[in-house]
Amino acid sequence: MGPIFNASDEWSYVVALVIGIFFGLILESAGFSSSRKLAGVFYGYDFVVLRVFFMAALTAAVGLAFFDYFDLIDLSKIYVNPYFIGPTIVGGVIMGLGFIIGGFCPGTSACAAAIGKIDAMIFIGGIVIGAIIFDVAYPLYSEFYESGNKGAQLIYEVMGISKEWFLLIFVVFAIAVFYITAYIQKLVSKNVNKY
Amino acid sequence: MENTKKYMNSYLAGVLLGVVILFSFYLTREGLGASGAYKRIAAEIENVVAPSYTHSENSHSSSYFKDGLNPLKNRLVFMVIGVFIGGFVSGTIAGRVKLTLEHSPRITSKKRAIAALIGGALFGIGASFGRGCTSGAGLDGMATLATSGFVVVMAIFGSGYIFAYFFRKLWI
Repeated sequence: MGPIFNASDEWSYVVALVIGIFFGLILESAGFSSSRKLAGVFYGYDFVVLRVFFMAALTAAVGLAFFDYFDLIDLSKIYVNPYFIGPTIVGGVIMGLGFIIGGFCPGTSACAAAIGKIDAMIFIGGIVIGAIIFDVAYPLYSEFYESGNKGAQLIYEVMGISKEWFLLIFVVFAIAVFYITAYIQKLVSKNVNKY
Repeated sequence: MENTKKYMNSYLAGVLLGVVILFSFYLTREGLGASGAYKRIAAEIENVVAPSYTHSENSHSSSYFKDGLNPLKNRLVFMVIGVFIGGFVSGTIAGRVKLTLEHSPRITSKKRAIAALIGGALFGIGASFGRGCTSGAGLDGMATLATSGFVVVMAIFGSGYIFAYFFRKLWI
């Protein structure tokens, strides 16, 4: 029963490397190595980010539920990101701003830099600088950073519904979003010159 | 958009990526991540430039060095090395490997470079507050049905759409 390897197990590094290779292969094949393609999601001319992103989250979420159902994985051992209300929202808003200005996120910049995109290499330099800035100024907001801790909170528990119902709603919602965005993309593509 | 045909169908790419995330959890109990690797490189740089601060309680990076740990000896560092390899392989097969600075024809290379640097820095700061980036906090969080994952994704895309109008000249 999964999870198979311990985080401290040296094998987990090998597994991480292999998973990273597949991660990079898929991102690049889907077109995530182009910032102009990625930025399309915000202007309606290309929703590839949204499609890949939601499809992946959905597949993994449903897959984990099935693995759990067939006793292939012990979900209590899976790492669930803790929810710190303020820091999560503030972090997300800053990342959104970084996305629209820089055109990448950390994962996509790695696969874009790998195929020679200089803007992606600069973006990566920016991430490292940003992380250093965060740390140098850390005493200013260390209290905020630890505030509003809700722990490893699960969304369907907050909503007061079962996991199965939530997954169903998630699937239906995603399909609706896919249809709507495909329609928008068709409309916008007509009006946007080439890209 | 004449290049679109060369790219994989995005729904298929999404399903495949989802399977990779699933196996990541199944094998290592954790999902994907990228910003963590850059944060650890940043911690290494800090350690060289200002070791006393980096090891002090004031520094958030100090946790990476706890008990003599090496920040770079971490699964996320290996994962990002993998992303580089995978991206390069895919780009090579598709004939997309080329040293270029991609930008909208309406802006100069210099402007794009500055925007990339600022955007990257903001992402570095944001991913620190958010305890992960689009993959580590967003994708993994949504896959495990964590509240944090859904909140951070709404915040990233919500703010992206709000700010998109002001930065439209960078892209369209």
